[in-house]
Parts: sequence; C-alpha cells; structure tokens
Amino acid sequence: MFELLGIPPQVLMGQLLIGLINGSFYAVLSLGLAVIFGLLNIINFAHGAQYMMGAFGAWMLLNYTGIGYWPALILSPIVVGAIGIALERTMISRLYKLDHLYGLLLTFGLALIIQGLFRNYYGVSGLPYAIPPALQGGQNLGFMFLPNYRGWVIIASVVVCFGTWFMIEKTRLGSYLRAATENPELVGAFGINVPRMITLTYGFGVGLAAFAGVLAAPIYSVNPNMGADLIIVVFAVVVIGGMGSIMGAILTGFGLGIIEGLTRVFYPEGSAVVIFVIMAIVLMIKPEGLFGNNA
Amino acid sequence: MSTSENTKVALPAMTHTVGMPRHQKIIFIVLLAVLLALPFVVYPVFAMKVLCFALFACAFNLLLGFGGLLSFGHAAYFGMASYVCAHAAKVWGLTPELAILAGTATSAVLGLVIGSLAIRRQGIYFAMVTLAFAQMVYFFALQAKFTGGEDGIQSVPRNDLLGIFPMNDDMTFYFFVLAITYGGILFIYRITHSPFGQVLKSIRENEPRAVSLGYRVNRYKLMVFVLSATFAGLAGATKSQVFHLASLTDVHWTMSGEVVLMTLLGGMGTVLGPIVGAAIVVTMQNYLASLGAWVTVIQGCIFVIGVLLFREGIIGVLSRILKKPL
Repeated sequence: MFELLGIPPQVLMGQLLIGLINGSFYAVLSLGLAVIFGLLNIINFAHGAQYMMGAFGAWMLLNYTGIGYWPALILSPIVVGAIGIALERTMISRLYKLDHLYGLLLTFGLALIIQGLFRNYYGVSGLPYAIPPALQGGQNLGFMFLPNYRGWVIIASVVVCFGTWFMIEKTRLGSYLRAATENPELVGAFGINVPRMITLTYGFGVGLAAFAGVLAAPIYSVNPNMGADLIIVVFAVVVIGGMGSIMGAILTGFGLGIIEGLTRVFYPEGSAVVIFVIMAIVLMIKPEGLFGNNA
Repeated sequence: MSTSENTKVALPAMTHTVGMPRHQKIIFIVLLAVLLALPFVVYPVFAMKVLCFALFACAFNLLLGFGGLLSFGHAAYFGMASYVCAHAAKVWGLTPELAILAGTATSAVLGLVIGSLAIRRQGIYFAMVTLAFAQMVYFFALQAKFTGGEDGIQSVPRNDLLGIFPMNDDMTFYFFVLAITYGGILFIYRITHSPFGQVLKSIRENEPRAVSLGYRVNRYKLMVFVLSATFAGLAGATKSQVFHLASLTDVHWTMSGEVVLMTLLGGMGTVLGPIVGAAIVVTMQNYLASLGAWVTVIQGCIFVIGVLLFREGIIGVLSRILKKPL
C-alpha cells in the first residue's frame, strides 16, 4: 500500500474512521439542535444531558430489566423523548414569548440538574456497556480493519440523518413543520395544532439525542459527564454550519468529524481545538455560517 | 417591566441622573462599611473569595445587564488571568500588584481577540460562540506547559506588595483585595452611568435605531466586551493570589455558568445584584460543599426557578418594591 506524507495508510484510515464516528455523533446531535431551534427558537442546552440519558437508558434497561441493545435502541429514545416532552410542557413552553436567552438559561439549568443527579447515583468513573453479540468482531478490508460495531454506528447515523431530512423536506408532515417555522400564526389559522407540533418536535429532537447516546454507549463508557463537553463542540459545529438548513447540519457534522480525524493524524496537538479554529475562520469570512441565512 | 419584554431581556428601567443618586451613595457607603467589618466576622479567605466573585459577577453584569450580550465563556478571562498572575508571581517573582496587572492585561487582550469575532453574531449564537472559544481556552490551559495541566499552578507565593509590605497575613491581604474589588465595582458603576453607558443601553433596547443615530454599534459592543473581560480578569488574577493557586476549575465552563447564575440570582442590570448573587452562591458552595454533586443539582434548580418565576432577581424585585434603581 502507498504511504501519504509518511503516514502509514492504516493509521490514516484508522483516524479517518474515528473522525467519521465522531462526525456521526456531531451530525445527529446538531441535527436535533437544528430541528428544535427551527420550531422552538431555543437552543437546547440540555441536549448533551439528554444524549447521556439515552446511553444510561440503554445501560439501565440491560442491568435492571435484562432488555438488550436492539430493543433499547428504540425504547431508550422513546422514554427520554417522553421526559423531554414533559419538560417542554411544564417549563420550556412558558418561555416562548420571552427573549431566546431565557430558553438557553433554563435548559442549562436542566442540564445541571440531570448531570448532577446522575453523578450522585452513578459516580463519574463510567459504566461498561458491551457491544451486542451480532456486531462483535470486524471486517478486514485489505487496507484496514473495520470493527463491525463502528461500521454500524456510521450506517445507523447516516440512515437516521437522511430519514429526518426526508421527513422534514419531502413529506406532508414536514411541510407543516417548515411552514410553522416560518409563520406559526398562519399555520395555526389553517387548523393545525401548532403547540402540539412544537411539543412533539421537541420530543423528537430529544429522542435523536438519546438515540445517539445509545449508539455511543458501547464505544465510550457510559458516564454522567459524557454529554457535557461534547455539546460544546456541537455548538461550534452548529455555529459553523448555521441552523437554517437540515442538510447543512448533517454535512457540517460529518465533515468536521473527518477534519478532526485528519488533524489527529497530521497535527495531534491541534485535534482538540481544530473545530474551534474553523469556527473562528468561518466567523471571519462568513459570519452567518456555511449554510446559514441571517439569523 | 418594560414594554419590550417580548423581544428583549427584561430589565429594570435605568434612569439617568447627573452624579450618583443620594440613595446609591448611601448604599455604597454602607457596602464599604460592611466589607471593612467582614473579615472580623468571617474567615478572611472566605471574605476575599466573596469579593473576587462579586467583582467577577459585576464584570459579567456589565456585559449582560448593560450591554445586553450573554457571554457563556467568561471563565476564559477569569481563568487565564489567574494562570498568568500565578505564573508571574511564582516564576518571574513579580510583586502582587504587578502580577495581577499582568493577568488583567492578558484577559484584556484575550477579550479583544474573542470579542471581535463573537460580536459578528447575535443572540444565542453569540452565547454559543463565546462558550466555544472559552472551551478552546480550556483545552489550551489543559495542554500548555506553563499551566501545569491537571495540577494547575500550586503554592503560588504572595510576594511583598510594592516590594516593601509583606502580604502573607490574610487579614492584611484582605484590605488590599478590598481596595481592588471595591475600586473595580465603583469603576464599573461609573462606566454604566456615563454617556458610554447610555449608548450601550440604547443599543440594548433598539440596535437598529442606535445605528440610524450614527453610533458605530459594533465598536461599542467590542469596547464593553473588552472592559467586561478585563474586569473578569482582574477578579481572576486576584483570586489566584488569594488562594495561592490557579487551576482548571477557574477556566472550565462550569465557572462560566456560575457567574451567569450569580448575576441572574441577584438581578441582571442592577448595581448591587451581582454582589448579592455572588455572596449567596459562594456562601452556598462553602456550606454545602460536603454534599458533593448535590450542589450542582441545587444550582440547576436555582437556574430553573430563577428563569421561570424570578427573572428580575433578588435586587430587581427589591428595586421594584422600593421604586428605586439599586
């Protein structure tokens, strides 16, 4: 096999794979943020905590009830999404008429509460979650070794992202959603229950975060702080992409994951900050974001 | 509450008078008297911690309460100043006043760099951008050599003030810290009640109109950002001298959240609010430290209750009842 700039292809491909995995999580999480922001006009600071709840949901289902990975992949997002809906109905819905910043502060408070509670009961050391038997092992692709589970994470994220994109951009339900984003009063006048749609949208966005959490559980250890630092990177991803476009959020997420992976190969010290540096460059050149409209 | 509640952060009305209104003069004198007596009542290091966080919260309130800009990354200025001050005192052997000055200057420069980028976006994007840059500063502090990574900079010496006066006694050092923080708070008061502060207020209330009146809005925003970062740095630098320590805690996003909490709790846009908020939050952390992660839960609850029911904050409510800006 060829060598690129003195980097063995196995190393390059390995880091690209990790980048793609991280990118999958960035994409699913920033997609959820964008969907929520589009309709609710709030930035869901609790998104990282809800991602963590998804992972814990899978862990709890396995350890307390014996329910395995595959049912958990559906059940955990539904449960976490339902909790999200309860939060939206009782608290977040009271803030729609106020400055957007209050939504940020409220969800930040919720994130602190959720993370604090989980830290109390489960500590910070992290809990193991095994890869499901069907996805153990890996494939030898000739130029690299691909663990089955990692391949699955990428495929599942791509499918979920494009499924969401299709639903919002190509279906009737999605057209209501886009219309309500533009002008909620008018859509309400057509007899569509906009408040219910807002509630379900929040539940869906939260469910997406929880889904990413379940996907992440076998890769990273299940840890109360797993979402806290991730969400800040996802915020940077959202600033880079702009939240005006669903496809934009998906492409930016995957793209930045890959760039981060490449940075880890060529300049490892910079890998933690490369996304923030890109954010600074984007702010200088195109402040509204790569796919953004003036918001 | 103002009529612009739907679009703007609800803030108590600020009336402009020439000079300091009489009741505020009295408040500042009473405040000084209380602070002069404080170290004789409570442990001086605890009192100094309250002072540092009060200044930090006032600096943050300058940006949020008067500039209308929510920064979620003020830990960056607080923490970097604390690192540079600690480094200057320990490695370069600078006297406290010079070490604090070095830390403060670092924050001013950092505020200029981050601020000039962040003011290109508004509202929640501004909050996300400042948070992301602060995280970048955090990673820098984690990896850079001089910060000591996970260990931080420990056993930072308190050198002699001006090279003459020994400062190792906490009681003596308290009055030095009091001079810095009280001076800083007065200075911030002066900024907010100056013509510059009035322009800031007009930008906060109606930015397009301020533009149409010919104000270079971005220049004002950047200026208040740099000022806020500078005072946050002054507080952080002083804190590292108080505790003989600069650590990752000071630069972590939880610190950015705490200063938001202090300001929200006390009352955004009020003069006294951040001081009261800081005193309450620091006291709470001090007495509830044994509860571990429950402190985070309690802080989260205060956030939620504050946002849902109590947006004016303690001093905001008092100010409304007394019908006087506090």
